Amino acid sequence: MNIKEFINQLPRNIFSGFVVSLIALPLGLGLAMASEAPPIAGIITAVVSGIVVSVLGGSHVTITGPGNGLVGVLLIAFTTLGFQAAYAAIICSGVLLILLGFLRMGKLSDFFPSSAIQGMLAAIGLIILGKQFHIMLGNRLELDSSLDYLIAIPQTVIGAFHYENIQLTHAALAGVVALLIMIFYGKIRNKYLQLFPAPMWIVVISIATSYFYELVLKEDHPIASDYMIPEIPSGAEIISTIPTPDFGLMNSWPFWSSVIALTLIASIESLLSIKAVDQLDPQKRRSNVNRDLKALGVATIGSGFLGGLNVVTVIARSSVNVNNGGTNRSSNFAHALFLVSFVWLFSSQLTRIPLPALMAILVYTGYKLASPKLIKKIITVGKEQLLIFFVTLLTTLFIDLITGITAGLLITFIIHVFVNKSALLFLRNIGKPNVLMYKESSDNYYLSIKHFCTFLNYYKLKIQLDMIPENQDVILDLSLCQFVDHTVLENLNGYQSIFHKRGGHFEIIGLDMHGADSAHPFALRRLIPGLPFINSNLTKRQKTLKEVAIELQMIYEAEKSRNSDFLQSFKYFQFKKIERVYNRIFNHNKLFKIFDIHYSEGELITKADVKTTMLHIKLDNDIPQFTLDREGFLERIYGLAGFKKIYFKNYPDFSRRFFLLGKKSEEIQDFFSTPLIRFLESNPYYHIESDGNSLLIFRQDRTLGIKEVKGLIDFGKRLHQVLQKPV
Amino acid sequence: MIEHSFNNIAIGIAFSPKLQANLYEAARLAQSFNATLSMIHVGEESVEKREKITNYLAEFSKKNLKYSIVFKTGNLVEVMMQYLKTYQIDLLVLGALQKEHFFNYSLGSISRKIARLAPCSVLLLIKPSVERVVCQHIVVNGLKSENTPMTILYAFYMANKLNSKRITIVEEINKSTLSIKVKDDATLRKANLQREKLRRKENARVDKILEEIPEDYKSKVKVDKQPIFGKRGYSIGHYAQISRADLLVMNAPEKTNFWNRLFPNDIEYILKELPTDVLIIK
Repeated sequence: MNIKEFINQLPRNIFSGFVVSLIALPLGLGLAMASEAPPIAGIITAVVSGIVVSVLGGSHVTITGPGNGLVGVLLIAFTTLGFQAAYAAIICSGVLLILLGFLRMGKLSDFFPSSAIQGMLAAIGLIILGKQFHIMLGNRLELDSSLDYLIAIPQTVIGAFHYENIQLTHAALAGVVALLIMIFYGKIRNKYLQLFPAPMWIVVISIATSYFYELVLKEDHPIASDYMIPEIPSGAEIISTIPTPDFGLMNSWPFWSSVIALTLIASIESLLSIKAVDQLDPQKRRSNVNRDLKALGVATIGSGFLGGLNVVTVIARSSVNVNNGGTNRSSNFAHALFLVSFVWLFSSQLTRIPLPALMAILVYTGYKLASPKLIKKIITVGKEQLLIFFVTLLTTLFIDLITGITAGLLITFIIHVFVNKSALLFLRNIGKPNVLMYKESSDNYYLSIKHFCTFLNYYKLKIQLDMIPENQDVILDLSLCQFVDHTVLENLNGYQSIFHKRGGHFEIIGLDMHGADSAHPFALRRLIPGLPFINSNLTKRQKTLKEVAIELQMIYEAEKSRNSDFLQSFKYFQFKKIERVYNRIFNHNKLFKIFDIHYSEGELITKADVKTTMLHIKLDNDIPQFTLDREGFLERIYGLAGFKKIYFKNYPDFSRRFFLLGKKSEEIQDFFSTPLIRFLESNPYYHIESDGNSLLIFRQDRTLGIKEVKGLIDFGKRLHQVLQKPV
Repeated sequence: MIEHSFNNIAIGIAFSPKLQANLYEAARLAQSFNATLSMIHVGEESVEKREKITNYLAEFSKKNLKYSIVFKTGNLVEVMMQYLKTYQIDLLVLGALQKEHFFNYSLGSISRKIARLAPCSVLLLIKPSVERVVCQHIVVNGLKSENTPMTILYAFYMANKLNSKRITIVEEINKSTLSIKVKDDATLRKANLQREKLRRKENARVDKILEEIPEDYKSKVKVDKQPIFGKRGYSIGHYAQISRADLLVMNAPEKTNFWNRLFPNDIEYILKELPTDVLIIK
């Protein structure tokens, strides 16, 4: 990037860094306290990461800092390992993150089924919510497991109405007000209200209330002091009280289990965030994920040595950054500097924030991760996804995170085996390079996937997809795939939207024959041989075909059509058996119809199946029978029917490029007028066949993508016009 | 020009339901190449068996097909190898099995062993048919290997003998030759430039091979080149399958040792998962 541009954009990056720091401040304090670390640890994390990652990182508009996904793991680390050993664990996970970066494991997050990841995040959300809910209502509890905290929630709610200590009631009140602010902030559209993000409003109101009591009412603060943020150390104190990490536990299993869990969550949360933020980037840049992982690792090590927590890329703060005009990493840097100045200038004011208010912010984020809406969404995808989700969620809650995600992986695989009634499909083919990509002669990329495509081998597909510039046309053919799972379809949908945003085109074909159990577009799909073709779940291609039909004021029908007799008069189908005609788009009198067709050549053992898209136009007047082909493939077959090649002396180039075959050469020569020949020469090539009063137009041996369907319709319409003009 | 023709064709016979189809395919090939057909059956000789074969081939012998039927006993693989060597067979025809899955074909383990060890070219048929099915599209590998010019020459020879209309030369470019790893926009651009360059280089190499092919072979077929990036020996099978090729012509592996069999490469993939009829040139 050139320096001038950088300086030009600096002011808006500094501004957006400022807005982000307003959220980062309360969140940093809250997340640190939720993890049982000193509140300042969250700020240290954000500052160190902002400085390190903005210098070393490979992404553009991401913001880094303490993440909510890590709260659960950090909590366990701090409570079971003790302070100094927990910092050692954080540093070790930083080293592992760097290692992951060097091993190019930026694809790590692709190995997890998306429902399992959602289940894991929901469990983390519940852990945060369960723990902080009690503090929010002024009831500090010490319980064994995160599940106990959740079970105790009703008790706390009832208890909140019966506090004997009025200070606790005030604390609960502060918590409830803060929670209401979080909930209703997004629903109220007001210019002045939107000036600050919601968490900052909570901070500002808390501090203002505190000053109101002190200066106006001259009273003590109404909330008990142990429900206020403990003292924030000054800059000098922070440096003098840096904890010394204790690596003494390094050969114990709990230590490494914490390190692995920290690394796993930190990398998954970061990678998912980077992927999501890349979609938000208005400049459509691609992040260097592995480089970002290395930078996050370095930042985590630094943060661990300075008394901070694990560093991750965070989605919420990053999207605020984009919304406020952040364009490069300098906004992350600015956010760190603003945090330093806040703590430096206002450290005494920060202690005026009641803990319940701060925890309300976390309760809200926790709820967001595990909201019932999410479960509803998963149900629509399919019941099996719900099973994966709950197995992961419950295992995470009852045992721990690593076991949880492992259970999620296993149950997903078991479900896939069960759905397909075959483990062999997966075991036999998992090692095979099942993705083939090449550039077709028309310059679009064509990908074909064989056997199966699930979370197990999605990374192979991803490697190929990442090699395609997003402004290109891509056709992804899944027709050789027996099974495609939800994770893959969801990820492909992400690719579709990226390609769409960046001027490219990404189409999935070959799924129309696969069966699905639910109506959701990402429901897993299985190719079921011999099952009736009744399918209420339209694929994305089918839905778009429907839209195209409506756009062109035509009718769309996905179901198989009984009537394929109109094709029998074409020589092309002389030796072919039409299996089914489906996905039809036609105009009102059915004179112009486009359809997918599945036909087979030969019988029994020599049978070859072909699926393609064709256009059929019924003409008003009779025309000679002919066939126009570029390759001359069909010469022999038509030879049987008495067809011969027809030359045009006046159009040597046309005659060289096209094979025109027919019986009545004179009639055909008359029919091929100059405008028609010019039209055919100057347009993309299609195979055209006439049976005497209608035309059959098609091109390839495969089903066409939407863009190609539109091209075919357009070609057909214009050809029709040329033919209708009086010669 | 290099000598390239099939004069002695052999087919191993098992008395399976596919016998007739296999025989018909082999006999038709022998006729197209004007070659003699030897049928080997490892097992006890009987008049009945001989009659069955003669009956099947009656139609072909009317059209002057020269054939012989040989009965031998012993170890199937050893006997076959012995025969192929002594009688200077240059093309062995083998039938494949259809797997339980609906679009997978594979060779039985014995056939696979024979295909690997055979000193001559091997044609593997996945869908032998009594009726003649026209072979329209031939896919041939354009690997960077000293055997490739010969293989491509044979592909053209087959195309002419079988009246095929189209040959696609597939250049499998190993992914490891792409030194630039895609990390972000800049590296993506560079990587794509590198791919384009490799593609052109490969096309130039294949063009050179094509120059050596006799004109009258080239005049009747449409020749395409398709560079693909992928696993050697596997991606070409996948390509043949999606482009609905009728015949895939491949180099024989340069060496088959213990390691090659542990880590399947080149031809091994194809033998396990036949995409279409495959001809291995040796």
